[in-house]
Amino acid sequence: MSIFINEKTPVLIQGLTGRMGSFHAQEMIEYGTNVVAGVTPGKGGTTHLDRPVFNTVKEAVAATGAEASIIFVPPAYAADGIMEAAESGIKYCVSITDGIPTHDMIRVKRYLFARAKPEDRMILTGPNCAGTISPGKAMLGIMPGHIYMQGNVGLIGRSGTLGYEAASQMKELGIGISTGVGIGGDPINGSSFVEILKHFEEDDETEAVLIIGEIGGPQEAAAAEYYQKHMSKPMAAYIAGLTAPPGRLMGHAGAIVNTSGESAAEKVEILQDAGVMVSPTPSDMGATMEKLLKGI
Amino acid sequence: MNIHEYQAKKLLAQYGVPVPRGGIAHSATGAIYQANELGGDKWIVKAQLHSGARGKAGGVKLCNTQKEILQFCDKHLGNNLVTHQTGPEGKMVSSIYVEEASDIAKELYFSIVLDRAIQKVTLIASTEGGMDIEQVAEETPEKISKITIDPAVGMQPFQARQLVFTLGLPNSAIAAASRAVMKCYRAFRDTDANLLEINPMILTTDNKILAIDAKMSFDANALYRRPEIFEFRDKTQEDPRETHAAEHDLNYVGLDGNIGCLINGAGLAMATMDMIQHAGGEPANFLDIGGGASAERVATSIELVLSDDNVEAILVNIFAGINRCDWVAQGIVDLLNKRDIDIPLVVRLSGTNVEKGQKILKDSGKKVTTADTLSDAAHKVVAAWKQSTGK
Repeated sequence: MSIFINEKTPVLIQGLTGRMGSFHAQEMIEYGTNVVAGVTPGKGGTTHLDRPVFNTVKEAVAATGAEASIIFVPPAYAADGIMEAAESGIKYCVSITDGIPTHDMIRVKRYLFARAKPEDRMILTGPNCAGTISPGKAMLGIMPGHIYMQGNVGLIGRSGTLGYEAASQMKELGIGISTGVGIGGDPINGSSFVEILKHFEEDDETEAVLIIGEIGGPQEAAAAEYYQKHMSKPMAAYIAGLTAPPGRLMGHAGAIVNTSGESAAEKVEILQDAGVMVSPTPSDMGATMEKLLKGI
Repeated sequence: MNIHEYQAKKLLAQYGVPVPRGGIAHSATGAIYQANELGGDKWIVKAQLHSGARGKAGGVKLCNTQKEILQFCDKHLGNNLVTHQTGPEGKMVSSIYVEEASDIAKELYFSIVLDRAIQKVTLIASTEGGMDIEQVAEETPEKISKITIDPAVGMQPFQARQLVFTLGLPNSAIAAASRAVMKCYRAFRDTDANLLEINPMILTTDNKILAIDAKMSFDANALYRRPEIFEFRDKTQEDPRETHAAEHDLNYVGLDGNIGCLINGAGLAMATMDMIQHAGGEPANFLDIGGGASAERVATSIELVLSDDNVEAILVNIFAGINRCDWVAQGIVDLLNKRDIDIPLVVRLSGTNVEKGQKILKDSGKKVTTADTLSDAAHKVVAAWKQSTGK
C-alpha cells in the first residue's frame, strides 16, 4: 500500500475550471488519477474535462463519493476552501496554493482539530506544496509525474523542486518511491514531518523514509525525536540552507532563521544525533538513500 | 514586512496601547520643532531604521539640550548605522523620532509571536526588560512567562491577568498593564502581524505602563488586505536589488559571493547555493523565479542577477514541474541575442520538456555551458569562474 492516495481514490478538484486547475487536472487524469469531480461555485451542473462540476464540495461528495481533494484556489479564498473540504467529509486534502495568510492557517488548523475526533479528522498537506504522488497509481499535485519511480521509499519534503531533485536522483539509481508527500514551505502547515512519518511507519510498502527539510521552524527537530523514539524504519535526511544568512526570508514564507535551532547546521546536527543518515549535499540525496537501503 | 518604531507606536496608540508622546522628523530643523512641541528639558532621540539593538550602536540618545539634538541629527540622519543585526554595511537612518523622556521604575519585556511548534499565537513576558530575550530564555528560563491563545475565541482578559501577575508589578498597575496587553493582542490580530515586541515595556515612577520601544513585522502574504500597513513600507530600508526584484514579482536575496544564481523553487534555490559553496564558490544571491516562468521572466531574472557588480559567473538551475525547460532556454537565448554576457554562464535543465530546452540552447550557437546534474552544474560554474577570474 501507498499512503493517502492510490489508483482507486476518488479525487475532487476545487477550482477545476480555473487556468491552473484545468491544466493540472488534465495532467493528473493522464497520470491515471481517479478524478471524479470538480467544484467551482456558480458553475454547478456543467461539465469540464468530462467531469461533473458542482457548486459546493458537499454536493460533489454526495454525488461522487470523492474522498480526496486538491485545492487550486487563490490565496485569499484558500483557507475557506480547505475548511469547506473538511466540513464536507473529505478525508485527504492537498492545498497547492502559495501565499495563504498565516493567521488564516492558524484558524484552519483550529477548525480541523476542533471539529472531528482524530480518526475522523481530515488530513491536510500543504499549503504551498507540490502535492502528493503515489508513483504508478495516482498523482494529487503539480509535479512532473514521470520522474517518480514506483518503489518502497517514503519521501517527505518542504520544497517541491527539491523533492523532484530527490526523486530523479533515486530513479537514476533504481530506487522507487511508495508515496511522495509535499508538506509545503509555509510556517503553519497542515501536516508536519512527524504526522506523515506516522503513516509511513505503518505502511507495509514503505521500507525507508527520506525527509527534505530546510531552515526555519522546529519540525525537523521534532522529526528527529520521533525517529529516535518511535520509528522502526531507517530514515535519511537532507537540510537545505547551510549558506542562508540568519534573519532573512529565503523564498518560502517559513524559511527564515529566527531563533536557535532553526539553522541548517543545527538541524543537521540534531538529526545526526538522533541516528538519521544526513545527505551532505543536495546532489547526494539518492546516494545517501542507496547507502541506507544497503544497510537494511 | 518590517516597519519603523515610530510607525509601530502610532499603530499601537490607535489601539489604545500607552506610548510616550513623540514626533517624527526628517531633518534637524524638524527634530528641534518636535522637541519644542513636546516641551520639557530632556528628550530621547532615536534613529529610525529597520533594526533592533540600536541603543548599543549609538542610535538612541538622551538629550538635555537642543544642541545635543542637532549633533545627533547631523551624525545620523541620512547616514548608515551599523548594529549587530544590520550586517557590516548597516542601514540608512531615514528619520529621527523625538520622544519625551520617561522616569523608569521597572523595565519589562513583552512580545507576541507565532509559535511554530504549537502553531498558535503566543504571548511572552518577562521581568527582565531591556535584555536580549533569547539570552534570558537560556540563562534564567524561570523569568519568562508564556500564554497561548485559542484562535477560535482570541485572547481573554484572564489570560492577560495571568501573564501580568507574573511580572511583580504593584497592584495599582495590574489593571493598566492587563489592558495594555489586551490592546497589543488586538493590534497584532487585526493587522496580520507575525511579530510584536516591546522591549522594554516600563512601569514609570508614577505607576503608569508605557511601551518605550516597539518592533512589529507583518505577514507579506496578508498585505493585500492590510493597505494601511502596506503604506508603512520604507524602501530606503531595503536592498535596492531586492526592491527591483519584488517589482517583477521575483524572490531575491542579495548575498556577498560572486556566483549569481537563478533557480525555480525556494528549496532548490537554497540547495543550489549550498552546492556552489560545496564546490568551492560563494553564491552572490538567492533567486527563485517561481513556477510558470515565461521566456521574458527568465530574461528579466538574468538581467537582475547581472545588475550585481560582484557577479562573475552565473548558474541557471531549473527543475521544471510547472515550468517548461523550453521556455527557460528561450529566455536565455532571447537575452543573449539582445546583449553579450562576458562572464561564464552554466545552465542545467531538468524535468518538463528538457530535450526541447537543450535543443534550443544548442541550436542557438551561443556560448552556454550545459550541465546534467546539480552537482555537475555547481562544479562547472565554480571551475569556469575560477578560470575566468584567476581566483
